[in-house]
Amino acid sequence: MEYFIQQLINGISVGSIYALIALGYTMVYGIIKLINFAHGDVFMVGSFIGLYSAKYLASAGLPPILVLLLSLMISMTISALLGISIERLAYKPLRKSTRIAALITAIGVSFLLEYTGVLILGPQAKGFPDIMDKKQYHLFGSSIQVESNQIMILLTTIILMLVLQYIVRYTRTGKAMRAVSFDVEAARLMGINVDRTISATFAIGSALAAAAGVIFGMTYNSVDPLMGVMPGLKAFVAAVLGGIGSIPGALVGGLLLGTVETEISSLGFSSWRDGVAFAVLILILIFKPSGLFGKNVREKV
Amino acid sequence: MNKLNKKFWLGIVAAFAFYGIVKVLLTTGVLSDVNQSMLLLIGVNIMLAVSLNLITGITGQFSIGHAGFMSVGAYTSAILTLDYNVPFVPAILAGGLLAAVFGVLIGMPTLRLNGDYLAIATLGFGEIIRIIMLNTEYVGGASGLSGIPAKTTWTMLFLFTLISVVLIHNFIRSTHGRACIAIRENEIAAEAMGINTTRYKIIAFTIGALFAGMAGGLSAHTFYVITPGSFNFLKSFEIIVMVVLGGLGSTAGAIVGAVFVTLLYTFLREFPEWRMIIYSIVLILMMIFRPSGLLGVSKFSFGKFGKKEAKAHDAIKTSSTP
Repeated sequence: MEYFIQQLINGISVGSIYALIALGYTMVYGIIKLINFAHGDVFMVGSFIGLYSAKYLASAGLPPILVLLLSLMISMTISALLGISIERLAYKPLRKSTRIAALITAIGVSFLLEYTGVLILGPQAKGFPDIMDKKQYHLFGSSIQVESNQIMILLTTIILMLVLQYIVRYTRTGKAMRAVSFDVEAARLMGINVDRTISATFAIGSALAAAAGVIFGMTYNSVDPLMGVMPGLKAFVAAVLGGIGSIPGALVGGLLLGTVETEISSLGFSSWRDGVAFAVLILILIFKPSGLFGKNVREKV
Repeated sequence: MNKLNKKFWLGIVAAFAFYGIVKVLLTTGVLSDVNQSMLLLIGVNIMLAVSLNLITGITGQFSIGHAGFMSVGAYTSAILTLDYNVPFVPAILAGGLLAAVFGVLIGMPTLRLNGDYLAIATLGFGEIIRIIMLNTEYVGGASGLSGIPAKTTWTMLFLFTLISVVLIHNFIRSTHGRACIAIRENEIAAEAMGINTTRYKIIAFTIGALFAGMAGGLSAHTFYVITPGSFNFLKSFEIIVMVVLGGLGSTAGAIVGAVFVTLLYTFLREFPEWRMIIYSIVLILMMIFRPSGLLGVSKFSFGKFGKKEAKAHDAIKTSSTP
């Protein structure tokens, strides 16, 4: 039992990374119906910006908590700008063209980010600095261990989710986003600036992915230019699992996928882990195509 | 009808003429080994592109797991020749058939999905096949199979490619092909016209998988070695790029796309660190400025014969847009 709970805790911390990336997929898909394959690579870029800013800030002698917060903010800001420019340069000219053209462009952008990363940073993995000292706590005096890192990850995720929920529910941009995702043309007629709303969506999604990138670096201590591929695909699986377009769905999907994966690994099938993630995806698609929280949209004739 | 037949036979003659020229160049040694392996690669890629075009371009089902079918064919035929001494041609055919079985198995449950969901499901299936290969010791795990006899010759490859192009193209022109096109244009309307959409989607998926499997077998017998990594998402994506760059829905386009992408890839091999960057920029620019592909919607035709048809098609298109 304790072993199971231990794995559950580990699973939740992996799952929150998936959840943060999945939010970006879900929001972008909800608004322009595009699987933004480059999203996993924005996560990678975010991680590298986090790495360099943390190194720089730590060498300037700032206290660890400030280093963490500042490098998170720097990474999120730059990645948000990156997300906006990707949308402006690559996706906006394609808004009227076919879905397949947009999807191929997204994959093209993904390759561009990956291999520009390889060109600039080299293909080898780089060590991520220890921003905070890792401490281990025992839960309620039992043998279940919780790392300070895991607590920090969960806290960051929860705070970011609450901020996101606030933005989507109560701000003008959030309302515009919901309107655009409901019906682009009607939103435009009501005077909503659709282009700006789409940019905002990309900015928020990319910032969340960047935060996930920094957290990922702190958890696994190693980052490389191709690291975005698998987590990106998995996060997409998580988004579909929860019902794409639904924000709580992305959270639940991410946590669920992270937990399932960790349990599979702990049972000794770690090389099958990725396969299980995709198998879960296909089962969900077959039996509940709109995901756990998705709405069933009726096809228009 | 007569005209069509004339065009068809003209194409066959042109293909055989090309075959003869290359054969002479190969035997006289004008073309080096590097060129030969590039030719083989082009042939394999043409088979892959034309078979995916049937699924994506004609039937409108977006599949990004085509490399999975290819790997089933490659592994099957390689094991048959390595462990059971099966001759080359039956081994390739068996690989294709098993891939077709997978096509049915994957097609039945997933083809109820549409658009992006189908794309993701096929991607998942491609990855699952890769992971199964990766974890099966019998097929060599991560290091794959090596020492596969290099039996794919120019003649063999030419015949397989020609036959698959002709068969798929004739399928597209048949009543069944028209049904597939109807599904692409509007699934609900096609259903209302009495077309069994699920059945046709499965047929398209199965035929596509069959030829992809044979292409996989041919490529395994060209390059000695197959690893699970050579049939990953990147490979599936490369095939899609060929189809889309050539022009979705056009057999000639798929062929042109396959040749173009293979040449681009081979040329860029000299700049390894820039290869993927240039490739992706070409891709993005292409999608932005010419999303209909190199050949657009023009039909499978040779020279002037096709022009009238293409014009008529354009006229229909422009008149239907308000």
